[in-house]
Amino acid sequence: MSEAAVAANSPAEGMDGLVDDWSADKQAYHVPWGKAMMWLFLVSDTFIFSCFLVGYLNVRMTTTEPWPVQSEIFALSFGGAPIPLILIAIMTFVLITSSGTMAMAVNYGYRRDKTKTFWLICATALFGAMFVGMQVFEWSKLIGDEGVRPWGNPFGAAQFGSIFFMVTGFHGLHVTCGVIYLMWVALRVKRGYYDDKGFEIVEIAGLYWHFVDLVWVFIFAFFYLL
Amino acid sequence: MAYVPLADQDKEMEMHHPHSWVEKYVWSQDHKVIAIQYGSIAVFTGIIGLTLSVLFRLQLGFPESVDFIDPNFYYQAVTMHGMIMVVYFLTALFLGGFGNYMIPLMCGARDMVFPFMNMLSVWTFLLSVIILMASFFVGGGPTGAGWTLYPPQTAMEGTPGHDMGIVLMLISLAVFIVATTMGGLNYAVTVLQYRCRGLTMMRLPLTVWGIFVATILALFAFPALLVAAIMMLFDTLLGTSFFMPAVIEAGAPLDHNGGSPLLFQHLFWFFGHPEVYIVALPAFGLVSDVLSTHARKNIFGYRMMVWAIIAIGGLSFIVWAHHMYVSGMHPYFGFFFATTTLIIAVPTALKVYNWVLTLWEGDIRLNAPMYFAIGFIFTFIHGGLTGLFLGNVVIDLPLSDTYFVIAHFHMVMGVSPILVLFAAIYHWYPLMSGRMFHEGLAKAHFWLTFLGAYAIYLPMHYLGFLGVPRRYYQIGATDFIPASAQDLNASITIAAIFVAVAQLLFFVNIIWSLKYGKKAEKNPWGSASLEWQTPDLPPKHGNWGDELPTVYRWAYDYSVPGAHEDFIPQNTPETVEPTVDEEHFDPDQDASKADI
Ligand code: HEM
Ligand SMILES: [Cu+2]
Repeated sequence: MSEAAVAANSPAEGMDGLVDDWSADKQAYHVPWGKAMMWLFLVSDTFIFSCFLVGYLNVRMTTTEPWPVQSEIFALSFGGAPIPLILIAIMTFVLITSSGTMAMAVNYGYRRDKTKTFWLICATALFGAMFVGMQVFEWSKLIGDEGVRPWGNPFGAAQFGSIFFMVTGFHGLHVTCGVIYLMWVALRVKRGYYDDKGFEIVEIAGLYWHFVDLVWVFIFAFFYLL
Repeated sequence: MAYVPLADQDKEMEMHHPHSWVEKYVWSQDHKVIAIQYGSIAVFTGIIGLTLSVLFRLQLGFPESVDFIDPNFYYQAVTMHGMIMVVYFLTALFLGGFGNYMIPLMCGARDMVFPFMNMLSVWTFLLSVIILMASFFVGGGPTGAGWTLYPPQTAMEGTPGHDMGIVLMLISLAVFIVATTMGGLNYAVTVLQYRCRGLTMMRLPLTVWGIFVATILALFAFPALLVAAIMMLFDTLLGTSFFMPAVIEAGAPLDHNGGSPLLFQHLFWFFGHPEVYIVALPAFGLVSDVLSTHARKNIFGYRMMVWAIIAIGGLSFIVWAHHMYVSGMHPYFGFFFATTTLIIAVPTALKVYNWVLTLWEGDIRLNAPMYFAIGFIFTFIHGGLTGLFLGNVVIDLPLSDTYFVIAHFHMVMGVSPILVLFAAIYHWYPLMSGRMFHEGLAKAHFWLTFLGAYAIYLPMHYLGFLGVPRRYYQIGATDFIPASAQDLNASITIAAIFVAVAQLLFFVNIIWSLKYGKKAEKNPWGSASLEWQTPDLPPKHGNWGDELPTVYRWAYDYSVPGAHEDFIPQNTPETVEPTVDEEHFDPDQDASKADI
């Protein structure tokens, strides 16, 4: 702020002062544009996923047929004995791990260690791709072996398949977009595109990635445990 | 997402400099051009919406006088009219049109933060309009389920457009939401992070506040509509049953079971109610600035106006079920939603008082924009009062789904925002075009529109009391509706045709003045806010020439005692003119302070 502007704004007290601080001109708060935008987008996206999950709870209550026992449907057998939820556990583990590598990438980005940043983002993307791969496996097993379809399934309420494919599909789409986005950022990091512009972009991509992970935790809880 | 420069390095913002006519006016990244594109597309769809309304009014006023208006066409026309007007016309025009034009100029910015994404937004919007219009040409025509698209109605054989029509409608809505999200993120971040030096949030003109909060509402409310649209698409295309209960149609059960139509209503209105404020808040903002400028007085209670906008925005998310009183709900919920609904009336009324008090003892210049702005105060009070009736469960039950509701929301969401649109277009016309419009024509346009609107909607309240239901192709003979209701309907239709034709005055004026209007002098209304202080009129690409402005005061320094003129532009340093910043300011009392 220019000196004159400061003089004109003799600080107010109490509540008014708080408001003045929060509404100060933008020099007071350095938030990169892209970061502010990503945060807003993520809040908006949160509303989308919340609506999906509320919809899920709602149809689960309104449907007249019994809800399938999810832990049995999602079981995988190794050597004969079915282990409930094992695939999902692995998927979750992979995704959480990717959040770790992402966080490290952000850190190395700010330290301007381009090689490490590049490889760590690549690792994150790889974990993401693995996750999507396992999801494809899960879907094909559900569709092929168990006969679950969006409009019906042999286990009970048709809504089970509908909502499952819709929500995990929507989440999978997010992960897929995230993988592409990460690869793009990684390439640009490597090519030195951000050398004099700064590495906020890694953090911004990271925000998105952590969000997608967080959403998965909720989907996991709502679909597999509930 | 492209590379992001730091906010404080915005002088280095990468501007896209156009090299050819096409880059300048078609694939433009200039927020002003994009605003005009957004606005033109919105107005074009609006004209279609208006034409549809004249057609179905013909049926209501003079039943079966027009050959091609059969029940199917009637339902399709009302449905498309509603959706077009609410979403593709008003929302797009306020956010995409005025948001784009005003935010960077009023914030002292060169453009939106991400001009490329802004450009994508307008083209995506055009795509959504094309998809919507395509539904007129597919087999079965557009959907006729009413603009609220309630299932299972949408999917029943008897509903026109139950196959392709509804699918295109839903896809178009989804595409529209993508467009609004891209635009909205841009508007919000520009307001937050691209204000020029000295421009604190509490110095922003109310226009920016209104559009800003409306944008936030859009970002948080449209997701519910998106989810509803996706689920309904699944129901229609994949045969799922999210919203479809077991239904028997023409003796045979449909292939659905166990879904929840109420879920759709909740999702729809969780979007739908904030949506009415997505339209109303920018209108509130724009009209505040028009009133203040032409009354040569600061807006009364600026801070309270800001808080009221924020409060309305917040509350609008917890009132949605007042649209569902007749759908049935636990009385406690009815109580809750009635209470929150009535609480929203408090900040709304506060705004109305402040507008009136802004006029109080003002040095009012009755220019054409001011006519529309004052007209808005009338129509808005009117519509707001009927809202209070409908907000109470017991009063709403008999009135719901009658013409009373139609009258309510057309006064409050139809006529009022449109009057503001006209006020705003006339007010900022010199800025956008560099020319003045024809004052007499504009005033004629006002009187025809304003009085015509009353001739249309006032009788509808009465029809509603009589119990005339909405969404009926024809009333026919009933025991409880007197035959004279039909005469009223006929008169409404005649008024509607008048008003529709009167809009020609507006278009003629705007287009004629582009070429033959008087050249506008700089800042013709003597406005204090920043958008009029650009070096060029109309502003060039990049808005501010070589240097970004610095702001020293709020946007409402009108009639400040001791100042050289009766307004002080926001970028006038206090060493040149006295400052009277932010607090309620009464020239009589503050005279001593202003003598500095
Ligand atoms: C004082 C504040 C308001 C209150 C208490 C209020 C209350 C209501 C209620 C209870 C309904 C439902 C009527 C029914 O269907 O039975 C309704 C409908 C409606 N209101 Fe308001 N309202 C207010 C302000 C507004 C504003 C400012 C707008 C728009 C700018 C608006 C737009 C609408 C629309 C579009 C509908 C009808 C939707 C439909 O059913 O098609 N209202 N209002
Ligand atoms: Cu409402």
